[in-house]
Amino acid sequence: MNTVDARTGVRPFLDVRDLKVHFGTEDGVVKSVDGVSFSLDRGQTLGIVGESGSGKSVTSLSLLGLHKRADKKGRGGARISGEILLDGEDLVSADPARVQELRGNKMAMIFQDPLSALHPYFTVGAQLTEAYRVHNKVSKSVARKRAIEMLDRVGIPQPNSRVDDYPHQFSGGMRQRAMIAMSLMCDPQLLIADEPTTALDVTVQAQILDLMRDLQREFGSALIIITHDLGVVAELADDIMVMYGGKAVEYGPAKDVFTSPEHPYAWGLLSSMPRLDRPVQDRLVPIPGNPPSLINVPSGCAFHPRCTYSELCGRYSAVGPDVCSSTVPELEPTAGGQGHLVRCHLPVEVRRQTFDEQIRTHL
Amino acid sequence: MLTFIVRRLFAAVGLLLVVTLATFFIFYVLPQWGGETIQEMARQYVGKNTSNQALQGVIDRLGFNEPFFVQYFDYVKAIVVGTQYSNGTSLVQCNAPCLGYSFRNYTQVWPTILQYFPVTFSLAIGGGVLWLGFGVISGVVSAVRKGSFLDRFFMGISLTGVSLPVYFVGPLLALVLAYNNNILQVPSYTPITQSFGSWFTGLLIPWFALAFSYAALYTRLTRGGMLDAMNEDFTRTARAKGLNERTVIFKHALRAAIIPIVTIFGMDLGSVLGGAVLVEKSLSLNGIGSLAITSIGNQDFPTVMGITLFGAFFIIIANLIVDVLYASLDPRVRLS
Repeated sequence: MNTVDARTGVRPFLDVRDLKVHFGTEDGVVKSVDGVSFSLDRGQTLGIVGESGSGKSVTSLSLLGLHKRADKKGRGGARISGEILLDGEDLVSADPARVQELRGNKMAMIFQDPLSALHPYFTVGAQLTEAYRVHNKVSKSVARKRAIEMLDRVGIPQPNSRVDDYPHQFSGGMRQRAMIAMSLMCDPQLLIADEPTTALDVTVQAQILDLMRDLQREFGSALIIITHDLGVVAELADDIMVMYGGKAVEYGPAKDVFTSPEHPYAWGLLSSMPRLDRPVQDRLVPIPGNPPSLINVPSGCAFHPRCTYSELCGRYSAVGPDVCSSTVPELEPTAGGQGHLVRCHLPVEVRRQTFDEQIRTHL
Repeated sequence: MLTFIVRRLFAAVGLLLVVTLATFFIFYVLPQWGGETIQEMARQYVGKNTSNQALQGVIDRLGFNEPFFVQYFDYVKAIVVGTQYSNGTSLVQCNAPCLGYSFRNYTQVWPTILQYFPVTFSLAIGGGVLWLGFGVISGVVSAVRKGSFLDRFFMGISLTGVSLPVYFVGPLLALVLAYNNNILQVPSYTPITQSFGSWFTGLLIPWFALAFSYAALYTRLTRGGMLDAMNEDFTRTARAKGLNERTVIFKHALRAAIIPIVTIFGMDLGSVLGGAVLVEKSLSLNGIGSLAITSIGNQDFPTVMGITLFGAFFIIIANLIVDVLYASLDPRVRLS
């Protein structure tokens, strides 16, 4: 992650500032994304990790402008505030026609389930050439040639014949490769992969992740990977942002977040991962409780109902014993870690000590 | 794809044979099982004042004494290669497809049907274009502007179309628009070869009446299908590629939603071609439907049988065409 470099004044390629996406429903306002900020440079990878309902997919869809916006009275769509600066241009306040120009062109998305994300009635080639010809005025044959090139680049054998096949004629891994090829048709500088491997078998997952890493190196694009699978981001990400209840609770370089996480939720995530390289324990350790409702977000820290340390926190806080349920913690840099931010009331030393004593030994 | 079509063709021919068997069964076998004697049955095929002797002659000639399968074979043979009937004075050559000979009118059934068919055909084509066009477009608009005034308006029209019977709508339109106010022409049929203008204006009210009842179903179907399609992942992918909304709706979403509509349209058109009885009768058009009613009333069984077979034929053909269309629209079906 990076802010504007004071020396050169270079701004990050993608800079999201205080993004909020709220949906008005009959039952109340759903605060899917409630003040998320992050930045990303070309050639870098950001992993967004969180449970279902944490707001990670909504974040990615709002980057592409795929939410129907609410009208002036705030009805019938998403109320989006904040800034999404792509190469200096704010997408939140931009004209929808401008965002449409950029979609699929400068920024592209890889969706989760390629069988449902690709149109079943058009050939893969037709869908790829369509993606190209929307933004480039070329003939069908030129576009087709590029489509075959792309299919080859993502590792699909016999691209000349497979380009005329339908999505259902591909296997799962091949389909996802085709989906990746489609997103790369216009050479996007920002690629967002929304759970790209969730629908695939584990062996195929590894291949796809390798492919994405290679492609990123080759094309130099910024990559955002959204997943609930920590194993996936451990491989690829430069930075990791952990989301919970619509907010970022931990954000920093991948190495730091993995080796010395400081948020109880991150601890829970890492502890709940089954490990084959350690002695097999009796049980897996889940995080107790359920993801929070985004309409009735818990008061104060959204994680406090499930946090085993809220009582410990109360003892140390100047505010009082119920600080976790009353005050929303700010996302603040932790001591020492360069660019490592945590949203927790627990004092830094207490966090680190708890991690060393209780969590690390079990990981 | 070609093997698919060939397979379906064979199935269609097989089905046609089954239909002939069923028709034969209903008209020849069932009455006898119900207790009707051959004499009583033969009476249906002749004029009122036939003597018993002449009746016996008819029985011999029509082969009513033969075993069932012989009669069935003759029946199918007549359809395929033609046969001869003796009407008491001379022999009548009945060419293929011979659907029978009406002893009431002393005419062959097939030419009679051919005579009445153009009316039904014109009615079906015009009505079909109208109800499909209006139904699909209003369905798409309703889905895209769900909840708006337009949506509710079209759904209201749809409800009206489904609720009001066509024999009410037809005469009502004719009364208000044609007889009373001379806005449109009184329903009538003029062969298109004679005058395109008269053909067109004379059929406008019947087309509207027919289309009104059918369009209702198509509006709802399209609306439902579109709402589903617009929620699909591939629609979201299309938007993510940067396509404009019109392309997303018509090229991606509608394409996915159109298949059940095409299927039903084929079946509906097939059945209308077999005779739109209510529209024809209530607006005094001499189509197959009217012919059917008249023949039933006259107990002119050969004609009724011929019309039954004729209508069934169209439905089978429509079924075949729809199957092929389905496979051409949805590639996943072709491999099965």
